[in-house]
Amino acid sequence: MAAKKIILHFGKDISDKPIIYHLAKDYELVFNIIKANVNPNKEGTVVLELTGEQYAKGLEFLESEGVRVQPLAEQLSRNELKCTSCGACTDICPTGALYLDRPSMEVRFDSDSCVLCQICVKVCPVKAMEVKF
Amino acid sequence: MAIEKTYAEINEKIRSGKAVVLTAEEVISLVEEKGVSEAARQVDVVTTGTFSPMCSSGVFLNFGHSKPRIRMTKAWLNGIPAYTGIAAVDVYLGATELPEDDPCNSNYPGEFRYGGGHVIQDLLEGKSIKLEALSYGTDCYPRRELETYITLDEINEATLFNPRNAYQNYNCAVNLSGKTIYTYMGMLKPNLGNAHYCSAGQLSPLLNDPYFLTIGIGTRIFLGGGIGYVAWHGTQHFPGIQTDAEKNSYGPAGGTLAVIGDLKQMKPEWLVGTSYLGYGATLTVGIGIPIPILNEDVMSCVSITDRDLYAPVVDYSEAYSQRIPGNLGYVSYAELKTGKITINGKEIPTAPLSSYPKAREIAGELKNWILRGDFLLSEPARLLPSYQDQITAKTLDIKGV
Repeated sequence: MAAKKIILHFGKDISDKPIIYHLAKDYELVFNIIKANVNPNKEGTVVLELTGEQYAKGLEFLESEGVRVQPLAEQLSRNELKCTSCGACTDICPTGALYLDRPSMEVRFDSDSCVLCQICVKVCPVKAMEVKF
Repeated sequence: MAIEKTYAEINEKIRSGKAVVLTAEEVISLVEEKGVSEAARQVDVVTTGTFSPMCSSGVFLNFGHSKPRIRMTKAWLNGIPAYTGIAAVDVYLGATELPEDDPCNSNYPGEFRYGGGHVIQDLLEGKSIKLEALSYGTDCYPRRELETYITLDEINEATLFNPRNAYQNYNCAVNLSGKTIYTYMGMLKPNLGNAHYCSAGQLSPLLNDPYFLTIGIGTRIFLGGGIGYVAWHGTQHFPGIQTDAEKNSYGPAGGTLAVIGDLKQMKPEWLVGTSYLGYGATLTVGIGIPIPILNEDVMSCVSITDRDLYAPVVDYSEAYSQRIPGNLGYVSYAELKTGKITINGKEIPTAPLSSYPKAREIAGELKNWILRGDFLLSEPARLLPSYQDQITAKTLDIKGV
């Protein structure tokens, strides 16, 4: 099965638990950490690429531990009304999720390629890239 | 026989619905197919467009008089200071103005989320804007402070006046240093990590009239979604021909326009508040200019393509800021638009700051206005200085220290 990108929200009560370890060991899931911000006694997030036969069971485990799971694609979106297709984001985006369609030169956003680095949110001159939480 | 048309003849064709109008993009293939002479015979007007950040923009506002009256000494719109050194309730709000409490770059790189350009866009969207003003009080203007809300409809005049817009051409910006820099040309990655350019190239108004054969004072234009006029040449109007050390020509650059129009008939999608991370706030402006095909020379100018137009590649980490002359070479807009160029032997990704799709939309919209007979061409009262006038840029010397 194809790897899925998800974002895990940790409460501060579970930030010290070896949750990713159990995903790998107990459910044999293959993980690739794209981005992580987990600190002792603080709320945190981990962006993961996850794949494996027991994907659904792994997600059940996460939820049973109090981890809130969201698909990554829902996190960042391009407001098409605001976007002027200037293109300033397209060579900044590290994964090519934001790119120019040639020859129209219109900006496109492929959310499947997005790793939620959020650089585009800062560099977009008209604030067309929006983060949802 | 040479083709010569007058403004009056072209306008008569527009009035009678017989004018042939093409965009600067569309005319390229016609000229390639039929040649300059035949294309000049067939086409009456070519429309151009550009949609880019243009910092030298702003709006004169007259609010009407309160009771009792006030002679505004200081004024703010949504917290953005406006210039009050003119008549009592007139102000000028500049696109790059920031709130007085903006952290600016103290938390580097600063975000500059709201400035004068954003107020202009909010006015156009019909939003209610907080107006605050202070005064020292006079016998005829006794009020010393004022706090109220205004909308664009409620005030007397809102005149967009942009002292420098529609740059004829622009630099392609790169960064030779070892750290990321944040410029008005966007975020530039270290060690030639990327290149940013900012022109509509073959659609750009002043690249289609490089020698100022048609554009002058009084030229009627598409401005911010409404009708505006060229008021004068812009500040820093240095029309010239780019040449390298070997005297090879890389085409025209350096002309600018001062433009004016009634903000009340403009649209928020064509005047957009804009921010550059680590640099500041500004306004993205949509401008479209019709080029009357008066003769073959004009047709020859409007048939240029991205292959014929060049931007100088400039290092913004040091050369630009320290005003070190020269550049890293010239690249064509055709190359820039492929998404990569080679500089100093390194292939680097490119990205525009100027929206080509919006430039195309503006040229198309202006074409429709003319075809519908809603927009006649105006003959300039005076053409603008061209490269033949040999205007050179002055620099500012630091004296008295």
